[in-house]
Amino acid sequence: MRFMVIIKAGAENEKQDFHPDPQLLAEMGKFNEELIKAGVVLAMDGLHPSSKGARVKFSGKSRSVIDGPFTEAKELIAGFWIWQVKSLEEAIEWVKRCPHPLDSDSEIEIRQVFEMEDFAPVLTEEQIQHKVEKRAELPLQTANK
Amino acid sequence: MTVTDPHQALHRTIEAVWRIESARVIATLTRFTRDVGLAEDLAQEALVAALEQWPQSGVPENPGAWLTATAKRRAIDLFRRNAVAARKHEDLARDLASDWATLEQTVPDLDSTLDDPIGDDLLRLVFISCHPVLPTESRAALTLRLLGSLTTAEIARAFLTPEPTIAQRIVRAKRTLAEKRIPFEVPRGPELAARLSSVLEVIYLLFNEGYSATAGDDLIRPTLCDDALRLGRILAELTPQETEVHGLVALMEIQASRTRARIGPTGEPILLLDQNRAHWDPLLIHRGLNAIDRAHKINATRGPYLLQAEIAACHARAHTPEATDWPRIVSLYTELAILTPSPVIELNRAVAVSMANGPQVALDLVEALAEDPSLDRYHLLPSVRADLLYKLGRHHEARTQFELAASLTQNTRERVLLLSRAASCQN
Repeated sequence: MRFMVIIKAGAENEKQDFHPDPQLLAEMGKFNEELIKAGVVLAMDGLHPSSKGARVKFSGKSRSVIDGPFTEAKELIAGFWIWQVKSLEEAIEWVKRCPHPLDSDSEIEIRQVFEMEDFAPVLTEEQIQHKVEKRAELPLQTANK
Repeated sequence: MTVTDPHQALHRTIEAVWRIESARVIATLTRFTRDVGLAEDLAQEALVAALEQWPQSGVPENPGAWLTATAKRRAIDLFRRNAVAARKHEDLARDLASDWATLEQTVPDLDSTLDDPIGDDLLRLVFISCHPVLPTESRAALTLRLLGSLTTAEIARAFLTPEPTIAQRIVRAKRTLAEKRIPFEVPRGPELAARLSSVLEVIYLLFNEGYSATAGDDLIRPTLCDDALRLGRILAELTPQETEVHGLVALMEIQASRTRARIGPTGEPILLLDQNRAHWDPLLIHRGLNAIDRAHKINATRGPYLLQAEIAACHARAHTPEATDWPRIVSLYTELAILTPSPVIELNRAVAVSMANGPQVALDLVEALAEDPSLDRYHLLPSVRADLLYKLGRHHEARTQFELAASLTQNTRERVLLLSRAASCQN
């Protein structure tokens, strides 16, 4: 299953002339390298401060544009990964190994991505057992491939 | 927040830790014990110890080091009990002392996990799990077990095979590796290419087993595809200079990108050119194309996996079926057929030729292939032949070939599709 792992922004990421601390960059680099070596990362990116972004508000038929920066820091995002792992717990274990991303208290949010399996019917134990039995009756295929 | 049973939650946490750490624990233990079977048993004992102790003590700060140290301590106990190799256990004891020192650190030590020796041990583990001395199906099971950290039950489910069969396969594989004294090493020189191709074969077999289920009702078993892709991505980082590894990863990424598009609402297969390309996964396509670029940057040689990846990439780059660069696909298949001559590749080449130069040229190629006795039971030959005959308006002959193809396939869904095409030939 896939998860979007979201690093929340703090006041420092939101500053115009924000430059990440070189020590933190190095630690994050190592963490990312470990994630890549484990075959976990599908995608990742960091985001500019919200001053370089915009929001589009929808109200009935009207669409109004609000330019950044945005003030409610708790809702802002500094970067994200897309991970492929077996469970939420695995994603949590990886996040625990992440270096502290900010000087101040901070938060990383983990959200599951919708996938095909979410819409497919889940097989019951009997159905799986039935498949195992059916498979046993067939000649062995995989060895010849 | 939902309230969950804390004991169950911890159990799932330990499973997750195991998934992240087990291959490295087993790899490290194999280097010390020189016996991959024993190493896995010791790692399993460490997991049992974690399940017993962590509910009281909590999950340690560096769970991987804890598991490794615990498994090594079991190894020393075992060596003491057996009173074998006295020198060996002194080495282990010295090593263990430094491991416990590492454990004292409160912060997870990323430096130590990124050290090359562990990467090397992991790569050795890949090579020993896929050793050609083992039958292919055992290599596949052992690889999932040791590197994919799947349980025997999970492997059995993935292959739709009874659990005792898989368990026996793994036990036998470990015994064979011990009896034949297969060294725990990364092969060098001319041996490397042959051994690497055995590894790639296993990973691609796992992927295909998930992607085009050879038997049973399911066309796709996505978890097995995910496991194979993960193994491929890990291998690409362990051997970044091997073009064929990137080629295989690219091939799997691009094929996996079509997972959502290749099955219809009632579970029927949808052929590549009929797929809704909006359902292709752009992230995986992007990763696949990147992997091809990575291979090109190493050198200009193109092995069979990279060529197949480039063929897949021709489809991935085309936003509509009409935009497909068929002449390029034909030339890639020609190159592939020279490298690895096979009637199956010739058949695929014929399909590309039909798109580039029309059905009659292709039918001539396919009818020549039909003389090859090795394709007698291969359902795709009559299926392709039927399709070409149909395009040429020879519906009666097409129907016979669709029916022949239907009688040869093992996949229920595919049979239904072929029979419906046979029926459509009546008009």
